[in-house]
Parts: sequence; structure tokens; C-alpha cells
Amino acid sequence: MSTATTAQQKPQAEPLADPGLKPGVAEGFEPKIIAFVCNWCTYTGADLAGTSRIQMAPNVRMIRLPCTGRIDPLFVIKAFERGADGVIVSGCHPADCHYAVGNYHARRRFAIFRDLLEFLGIEPDRLTFSWVSASEGKKWSEVVNDATQRVKKLGPFAAYQSLVDK
Amino acid sequence: MARIGVFVCHCGENISRTVDTAAVAQALGEMPGVAHSTDYKYMCSDPGQSLIQAAIAEQKLDGVVVAACSPHMHEKTFRRAAANAGLNPFLCEMANIREQCSWIHDDREAATAKAIDLVRMIVEKVKHNQPLQPIHIPVTRRALVIGGGIAGIQAALDIADGGCEVVLVEKEPSIGGHMSQLSETFPTLDCSQCILTPRMVEVYQHPRIKLLSYSEVESLEGFIGNFKVTIRQKARFVDESKCNGCGDCTKKCPQKKIPSEFDAGLGTRTAIFVPFPQAVPNIPVIDRANCLLFKGRAKGKKKDVCGICARTCTRGAIDYDQEDRLVTEEVGAIVVATGYQLYTIGKIQPKEYLRGYGEYGYGEIPDVIDGLQFERLASASGPTAGEIRRPSDGKVPKTVVFLQCIGSRDPAKGIEYCSKICCMYVAKHTMLYQHKVHDGQAVVFFMDVRAGGKGYDEFTRRAMNEGALYLRGRVSKMYRDGEVIKVVGYDTLSGEQIVLDADMVVLATAMMPQLGIESLAQTLSVSYDQYGFINEAHPKLRPVETNTAGVFVAGACQAPRDIPDSVAMASAAASKILSLFSNAELSREPMVAHVNPATCTGCFHCERVCHFGAIQRKEVRDRQGNLIKVIAEVNEGVCQGCGTCQATCPSKSIELAGFTDAQVFSAINAIFA
Ligand SMILES: Cc1cc2nc3c(=O)[nH]c(=O)nc-3n(C[C@H](O)[C@H](O)[C@H](O)COP(=O)(O)OP(=O)(O)OC[C@H]3O[C@@H](n4cnc5c(N)ncnc54)[C@H](O)[C@@H]3O)c2cc1C
Repeated sequence: MSTATTAQQKPQAEPLADPGLKPGVAEGFEPKIIAFVCNWCTYTGADLAGTSRIQMAPNVRMIRLPCTGRIDPLFVIKAFERGADGVIVSGCHPADCHYAVGNYHARRRFAIFRDLLEFLGIEPDRLTFSWVSASEGKKWSEVVNDATQRVKKLGPFAAYQSLVDK
Repeated sequence: MARIGVFVCHCGENISRTVDTAAVAQALGEMPGVAHSTDYKYMCSDPGQSLIQAAIAEQKLDGVVVAACSPHMHEKTFRRAAANAGLNPFLCEMANIREQCSWIHDDREAATAKAIDLVRMIVEKVKHNQPLQPIHIPVTRRALVIGGGIAGIQAALDIADGGCEVVLVEKEPSIGGHMSQLSETFPTLDCSQCILTPRMVEVYQHPRIKLLSYSEVESLEGFIGNFKVTIRQKARFVDESKCNGCGDCTKKCPQKKIPSEFDAGLGTRTAIFVPFPQAVPNIPVIDRANCLLFKGRAKGKKKDVCGICARTCTRGAIDYDQEDRLVTEEVGAIVVATGYQLYTIGKIQPKEYLRGYGEYGYGEIPDVIDGLQFERLASASGPTAGEIRRPSDGKVPKTVVFLQCIGSRDPAKGIEYCSKICCMYVAKHTMLYQHKVHDGQAVVFFMDVRAGGKGYDEFTRRAMNEGALYLRGRVSKMYRDGEVIKVVGYDTLSGEQIVLDADMVVLATAMMPQLGIESLAQTLSVSYDQYGFINEAHPKLRPVETNTAGVFVAGACQAPRDIPDSVAMASAAASKILSLFSNAELSREPMVAHVNPATCTGCFHCERVCHFGAIQRKEVRDRQGNLIKVIAEVNEGVCQGCGTCQATCPSKSIELAGFTDAQVFSAINAIFA
């Protein structure tokens, strides 16, 4: 079985143990993951996954924003600080932004932010950044399952919390 | 303490099958700030809405959370219900426990726990919601129509007849689009020009239509009701106000052998030309690439080598020094009607994903032509005056083979969709051909005959009854053999390979969006699909709107369409626009950004990231009138509500109504409370 380190290096290549509904129940740890998504692409794509009845891990809680451009890196930090084990940020594909360029601003912002995460002591694999369009219900389920699986491997996120407690 | 009402919907069994709705209602009832929590079978039904309204009144609720389907489905419904009960509609929000919970999980315990979290998040958010008022913006009652094919013409006429002004922009020298090239039209076989020309003239003479031909949209600013378009009027080198369309210049032009675009390369034209006799406007343009004078100038010749047209023109309308002009127009709504082009058959393809049909010898064998070229051969105004004569030697072909689905329905060649109209026009072509060449034989290779539409199946049957031979199968290869073209195909019904001697072959090539449509779509910020067809806002319920408010779509630029469908769509778009224009003011959702003048430091990072130019500069002065600072201010009409400014602002001085930091942070907190 791979360890957390290999999972970090090759997150995508790791197949789901149980591709359907309850990934990794055996481990007993059910992470909580917060997803910050844009209203026009990913939220609608997630709705499509619902109307298509595509089953996925129940670990993700979604916060709908108009655009990825609105997603402040502080939201991500706040989520980890409060106890999230993982965070997903997802919006429209490049060139498809409802507001034309909001996702480009988000992309730049999160490219820098990713480096900062490590500095903060948060494993970069806990943060998933993806593009999911309104027609990609299936892809959304894969993003959710992959992120859940990866965060499960990393285990609960306690580092920041323990700092706060001190 | 807040007094929030929580209403959990079963959605029949859609939610309650996997989520314990009673448990959700109970858990929420125990949350601080929740004054009322209940569940019901169908919240969106009349009794469901009444239940919410009664609770608002009886429990004096100051916020409502409906836990049901996606807000995209019913947010409007519940906000309206809340407003009717006297609550500000923006104090009502939905928690999505159907699409994003009950439908995607089957573990009841996990789904219920998630549903509780989802509702708690929205409750915490609503605690920070502010009552908001819709924003009212003025409407310019004037429309822009882009593309002067039959769709654009119909839309322009309908809007203008409805009493509003229209600016019609056409990139070619004349309006008319592809319909002007057609000979006769299915399913009635009436002459295309005869029904189209009067409409083109009507456009030209209409007091409320401003026609800008040979023009293209350069840029767009603004928003629904208040667009400002910049249009490039390309230099014609002919002064429209002086030209009377006599045609002397075109007769005298020495450059006579240029392939005519209108005749699909089968006829010729001059360098100063009117694309076709019925062109509207009937004003020539000079094609710089082929004009002797401009070629000479390009080579740096000091003295002009030609100039015959200017010398011929008695009105002095020719102006070789004319330049492109930029004009701006203010409009309240836009129709995109840029139409289609045909799949190019040859080896060289305009887009990477297209493969072409090198094996058919198009471009090498002159008697392999496409559908539009056949239209020109069959047209009374065409290069052969309506006689079917093949391009290579002008002989009347005795066997003509028609191939359907060239490009369409062929993922290997790059296009998966059905072009929808080809079965019909091929049937038409076989009839036109056999009506004109009585001893001729039309042979059709087809995959299926798809002729849905009023009178359409009858029409294709008529073609078969009139003697066209329909063979079900594909053609693998064609090559020239002396005078004839060998067509090697396979008849899947008899299971035999077939080799036919054809005198001419007509390819029914796929309909594709105009090349370059993507850049126009980006200028208008409307979305398009993988092929470049403009996306409608909703495939069923909003077929003529785009995802940008105020921009509509009509005709073959949205998907392959025939004339009746294009016209129907154009009239639909026009009626949408007229209803938009029937209001003096528009009201729009108040989800816009606001600046806190006290904390804004005037760094203007917001201005730099705002794609819409919604940030203005505002001077702050003290009582004596001394300038204290310059801060940002949001133009509410222009702001689209993306919130990029807020995530960028270093001093946290700009906030998007409905999505404030406080709202997001409290939603996060709710999960881990
Ligand atoms: C061979 C053939 C035969 C056919 N026969 C029939 C028939 O018998 N009956 C029938 O119902 N249908 C027929 N059709 C279909 C018919 O041609 C279309 O339904 C119709 O032309 C669509 O009209 P439109 O206005 O959407 O597009 P178009 O006719 O393509 O017009 C689009 C216009 O927009 C202009 N334009 C493009 N881009 C821009 C831009 N960026 N800025 C400004 N202007 C722009 C173009 O120059 C053009 O004038 C046939 C099609 C083919 C190929």
C-alpha cells in the first residue's frame, strides 16, 4: 500500500479503493472538506452530477460564490483553522468565466498561495484546485472522490488546531 | 437574536428517501437563532409556500432558509413567496440538499449529517444577510443586430416594426447571407431570391433601421440596456452618399477574372464589384487585394497604374484614399445572427480538429463540388443562368452523385453533430437536377434520411418517387477516369460494393459556425460550444438568450438550422427584445460591490482587476472643500457582481452584497461549531 508521501507525489494516479460511495470507510476517518466554488460553472456542474444521480463521497460541503475571483485565500486559511481536513477551490475553465476573467485572477492568486500553504505547515495536497464546467457532472464527482481519498491518506488535519490550542 | 425559519422539503421522496428530513428539521430547530423549523412534502407547492408565509407572519421571522433543491431551480420562487409575506426577498436563501446531497449519496446517515451541515451553513449566512433593494437602470430602446442573413434581417424588421430603432451590422458588402445564394428552397421549391429580395429592400428603406454594411463590431462596453458598441466601417473606396449604383465602374474594371465569392468560385467578378445584382445596398466595393491601382501602390509605385473606375464615375464617388471609420452606437440589446459556413472538404483545414476528405479529390477534380456550388449552378442568376453544366467542360452531366453527411456525424473527421438540413437540400438538389435534365440520373449515398419537420419527410419521399436513386452507404474513394469520376462506395442494404461512373459529384458538407466567431463571442462575452456555435442560456427554456443579459442569438450561428427555424428564432429574439424595451427601466439584482469610504485607501487594485470598468474614482473633500483623498466607487449599473475586487482589496474596504466576508466566514464556522 502506498504511503502518504507517494500519495503526495502522485495524487491523481491513486485509484479509488471503492470508486463508488463510501471510499475508505475501513480507515474509519471521514474527513470534512469545504469546497469554494463559482455559481456558474462548478456549482451548476455539481447540480448536474445530482440530476444525473452520480454517486460520490459525502465529505464535501459546498460554499457557493459568484466567481472564483471572489474566493479570498483567507477563506481557505479560515477553513483549515476551523478544522477542515481539506479544501477544494473550483470554477470555470480558462476562457469560460461568466465574468470573462475572474478565474484568471483566481488562478494567479492560488498559484502563489499554494507555496504559502507549505510555509504555513499545511500539506499542499489538502488543497485541490480544479476547473469543472457546468457540463462536467462526472468530473465533479471525480474531483470530490479524489480529494476525499487524498485527504484520507493524509489523515486528520490537526497541526494548525494544535497551534491555536497552545 | 435572529429569528430564522427553516423549511425542509421532502421533494416527494426525492430528498426524504436518503435524507431524514424530520431529523434535519429537528436538529436545526435546536440551533441558536432559529425560531421555527419544520418539514413538508413539497415546499414549492402552493400549500408549501403558504406554510412559509404563515410562519413569517406568525413567528415574526427575520430570515428564511428553505432546504430543498438547487437555488438555480427555485430561489426565485421562494424569494417571491417571502416578499409576498412582507419579508425582504434577499433575507431568504436556499440550502441545496437535493442535487448536492440526497441525489448523490445513498448512505442515509452520512447524507443526513451532511444535509444538517448544509442547512446550518446557510442559516449562519442568513444571519448576516442584509435587506437589499433591486437596482433600477435605464434602458436605451435601440437594438444592434450582428449579421444580415435571413435571421438578422427578420430580427431587425420585427424590432423596427415594433417601434424601436435598429442598427444592423453586416460584414460583407451586401446583406442577404447564404439565402441569397440559394436557387429554390425546400420544402416548397419557391425561388429564394423572390422571397428574400423584398425583405432586403424593406430593411434598406425602413425609417428605423440603420444599415452598416461592410462593417464589423470592434468592441463592446456596458451592460444590458446600456451597451456602447464600436463598429468598424471598412473602407469601400466608394462614397455611399454619392454612388447611385449605376454599375458603370464595374463594367469598365480591367480585372475581370477574379473568382466570385457569391458564385462560390464558379463565376467571376471584377475588382470593383457588387456581389450580386440584387445586393443591398447596391453600392460597389473595391477589393484591394485584386485591384491594379492598390497592387501598384502596395509595390510602392509613385504613379497610380490604374484609376479607370474613378474616371468612369460621373458622380465622383470613387475615393481611393478612404479609410476605415470607427463609429459608436448606443444600444440596449444585441442579436447575434452571424450564420454559418460550410465544412471545407480539401486537405487543408481551418481548424486542427477537422480532418477533411482528401480521398474525395475536392479541389483536384473540378467536377466535385459542394452544395452551395450546386445552388449556384441551379440558380437562374448563377454563372450558367440556371443550366446544370459541370465546371470542368461545361457539359450537361447525365449522372450526378450526391454524398450526404460529409463532415457531419463523423467523429473521425472532427464533427459529431448532424447538420440537420442536408437530407432536405440533397433531396431538393436531386429534384432540381432531374427537373432540368430530364434524362439525368441522380444517385444519393446516405446514412439515414433525417427529415423531421412539417412536410419534410413527404418531400424526401417525393425525391425518391421522382426517380432519385437512394443508396444507403458511404463512399470510400473517388478518382478521375477520363471524362468520368469513379465513385467507389458500398451499399449496406444489398451488401455490395458499388462503382459508379459519375459526371459530377455534389458533397453535402457539414454546417459550421463562421470562422472567427470565437473572437466576436469573446467581445460580447457570450459562451460558445466546442465547435464555436453560440450557446443559448438554457437549451429548452431560454433558447434565444445567451448567458450575457441583453445579448440574444438567432439562426444558424447557434446550431445548424434551415430558413424557417432561423426566422422563428429571429422573431423570438425580437419579441424578447421588444418586451425588454417595453419598460422604461430595468430592475436588476442588487448583488453588486460597495466601497467603505472610511477605510478605502485609494490604492485602486480593485480598478485594475475589474474587467467591466465598474470602479470609478471619487474625490473626498472636507467642509472647506480641501481634497482629502481619492477613493474608489462602484458604478452599480456596470458592476456584474463577480467579487474579484473584494478578494483583491488589501484594506478589506470593498464588499459584494450577498457574499460578504462575514457571510462566508460564518458559513465556514457553522460546519465546525
Ligand atoms: C446548399 C444549401 C442549401 C440550402 N437550402 C435550403 C433550403 O432550400 N431551405 C431552407 O430552409 N434552408 C436551406 N439552407 C439553409 C439556409 O442557408 C440557412 O438556414 C440560412 O441561410 C441561415 O440564415 P442565417 O441568417 O442564420 O445565416 P447566414 O445566411 O449565414 O447569414 C449570416 C450573415 O451574417 C454575416 N456575418 C457573419 N459574421 C459576421 C460578423 N462577425 N459581423 C457581421 N456580420 C457577420 C454574414 O456575412 C451573413 O450575411 C441551405 C443551406 C445550404 C448550405
